[in-house]
Amino acid sequence: MISRKVLAWSASLLLAGLAANAGAESLDADVSPKKDLEAIQKFFTEKFPEIAWEDFANGTYALNEAWYENWLLIEEFPPYEIAIANGEEMWNTPFANGKSYADCFGEPGVQHHYPRWDKEQGQVVTLALAINQCREANGEEPLKYKKGPIVDILAYMAYESRGQIINVVVPEDEPGALEAYKKGREFYFTRRGQLNFACAHCHFSMAGRTLRTEPLSPALGQATGWPVYRSKWGAIGTLHRRYTGCNKQVRAKPFEAQGEEYRNLEYFHTHMSNGLPLNGPAARK
Amino acid sequence: MKFSSLSLLLVVACVGFAPLAQADDAMIEEGRQIAFDRKKGNCLSCHSIAGGEVPGTISVPLIAMQARFPDKEVLRQNVWDQTQFRPHAMMPPFGKHQILTEEEIDKIVEFIHTL
Repeated sequence: MISRKVLAWSASLLLAGLAANAGAESLDADVSPKKDLEAIQKFFTEKFPEIAWEDFANGTYALNEAWYENWLLIEEFPPYEIAIANGEEMWNTPFANGKSYADCFGEPGVQHHYPRWDKEQGQVVTLALAINQCREANGEEPLKYKKGPIVDILAYMAYESRGQIINVVVPEDEPGALEAYKKGREFYFTRRGQLNFACAHCHFSMAGRTLRTEPLSPALGQATGWPVYRSKWGAIGTLHRRYTGCNKQVRAKPFEAQGEEYRNLEYFHTHMSNGLPLNGPAARK
Repeated sequence: MKFSSLSLLLVVACVGFAPLAQADDAMIEEGRQIAFDRKKGNCLSCHSIAGGEVPGTISVPLIAMQARFPDKEVLRQNVWDQTQFRPHAMMPPFGKHQILTEEEIDKIVEFIHTL
């Protein structure tokens, strides 16, 4: 009972320390991605001392033996396999102008270079955005961002990137990058929607507990496995589709997939998992 | 004179309260339904409640509510908006954000106070 109290207390301290809400502008001025990373990873590794570091990449399945066993059964016949195959075909099929994805990316296994701050564009570039920029530069129509072919090409590239280590960089000499990181961080800790939840409410202090029977995953490791086959969707979808769903669940109006808000969120959200291996595409409930 | 007006008051009070007591039972039952409704209170997503199935483990079980909230109004204020007492509280502000109507909150509070 005491340890639970202490946990709740330390969680609220962490939230208080990290929350960039109104009236906390002096805190906001001191935001350091490096300090955040230490604080967040310390929080989760201390909260779940029994979990091996790499296993944080497996989300809630790392927290409970029964959930883990069920997940292994699903992984025996991976429901995302067809997406990988479709994506490989897309990768190998030249655009109308004779060029291909390889001309933009070199090789498919580059997910660990995203999301990244692009100095020339002055914005966070995610892998999905880079795919569409590649297509448009070669005279192809951009793909829709939540489901469909974008998921196939992402699945193939994620598969080829498996085992690479997440290393999101917020360059210190780029004020725009820090600004984007701060916006993503503020998004994460800001209450929204009629139900008044911040992302952090469920995925920091409450991680591992259940909402009815549904376990809440720790924020650390949420960014490793995208795109994800979700049983609830009966399909494979993108990280921004998931963000949309999260916002709807708290009865907030979702933002546009690959709009600035979600790209900045992805920047902060992925940064906190620095050091974890990529393991997409993945299957989640 | 004084005595008879007091008896009159008592008679009025008894007559007045009898139908109210019946309404309370109905109100408690309505409150229970609102509490268990996933699209209304959905209290079970976080709290275990006697008679409710598959509760979540986010927050404390709703037990001994009269001991915890001797003043029903304080309980109501917590349901209405708990952040006024604890800024980091997670529970949705059912009144402030109009997730439930004031009448629904009255009913839910009647139910919860019986737990």
